[in-house]
Amino acid sequence: MTHLFNLLPDLLSSGLVGKVTEIPRLWYSIPLIIAISLVYGATRHEHLKEIAVHSFKSLLWVVGFMGIIFAIIYVSGYWN
Amino acid sequence: MTEVIYPQEGDRDPIVVNLRDPYWAALAAWLWPGAGHFYQRRFAKGFLFMICILSIYFFGLALGQGRVVYASLEKGDFRWPYFCQIGVGLPALPAIPQRLMTKKGGPPMFVMCERYPTDTFIDENGRIVSKNFPGKKTDLSYSRVDPDVLAISTEDSLKDGFMAPPAGPKKDTNDVLGMWHSELRHNFELGTLFTVVAGLLNLLAIYDAFCGPAILTPDQKKKLEAKRRKLEA
Repeated sequence: MTHLFNLLPDLLSSGLVGKVTEIPRLWYSIPLIIAISLVYGATRHEHLKEIAVHSFKSLLWVVGFMGIIFAIIYVSGYWN
Repeated sequence: MTEVIYPQEGDRDPIVVNLRDPYWAALAAWLWPGAGHFYQRRFAKGFLFMICILSIYFFGLALGQGRVVYASLEKGDFRWPYFCQIGVGLPALPAIPQRLMTKKGGPPMFVMCERYPTDTFIDENGRIVSKNFPGKKTDLSYSRVDPDVLAISTEDSLKDGFMAPPAGPKKDTNDVLGMWHSELRHNFELGTLFTVVAGLLNLLAIYDAFCGPAILTPDQKKKLEAKRRKLEA
């Protein structure tokens, strides 16, 4: 029974998670941006087609905004 | 039964959303992301919310190796992200019984590994025993030992439980929370971020189940257009 209880923690601490940690950190933002865009789009529309269009616009907006922030921080690095 | 009707521009049919009992829908939406929409028979949106929210929640939980979602109100470890994480409902609720079980120093359920204090020893048979027992001193001081490697417990061990708060006293250095940060590195923060965002996104899904989508009516669209034109002028 104890082994059954430990199954999920064992899976979580297995080598699979170790592999995930090798991914460059910037890629972690992709699932977050997609999920946020889709959920936000879904709260503004009822039909899937409209949700998809709104989500895509939100996605572009978020990526663009992140790009602007990245550019500001990158450029400001020259004055260090 | 509650119906929300959204008029559309021109000859288009209005959008009618049947919310059934919004209170039950909101409760179901909180307990399991998407369940409120299933109850309202809005299956496509239910699946969308469930997949989006639960995938980032469990991904974050896996990144943090089951340690990033826990409830603690202790001085020195006030876990505010849990108030956001609990937004996903049932998947975050095991943290509460874990907190109650460990509050007075008891062992948590689902022990993932144990940590031994500096004054433990290992005997001739390779077993960890408490201090003052003849044997060789180990290098296991405050390091993790998985149950399968050494299936032995002492009362002195600090146990890492799935979704349980860090065991042992809170100190400035070398406490269990510090070890989690040290072992998981940036994944602790990333896991916390993913699970917090999942909880917050489910609040939007609960709102959608309770009130319906925030669709702009033709009048609201006209007002927005007018405002935009004013700004551009």
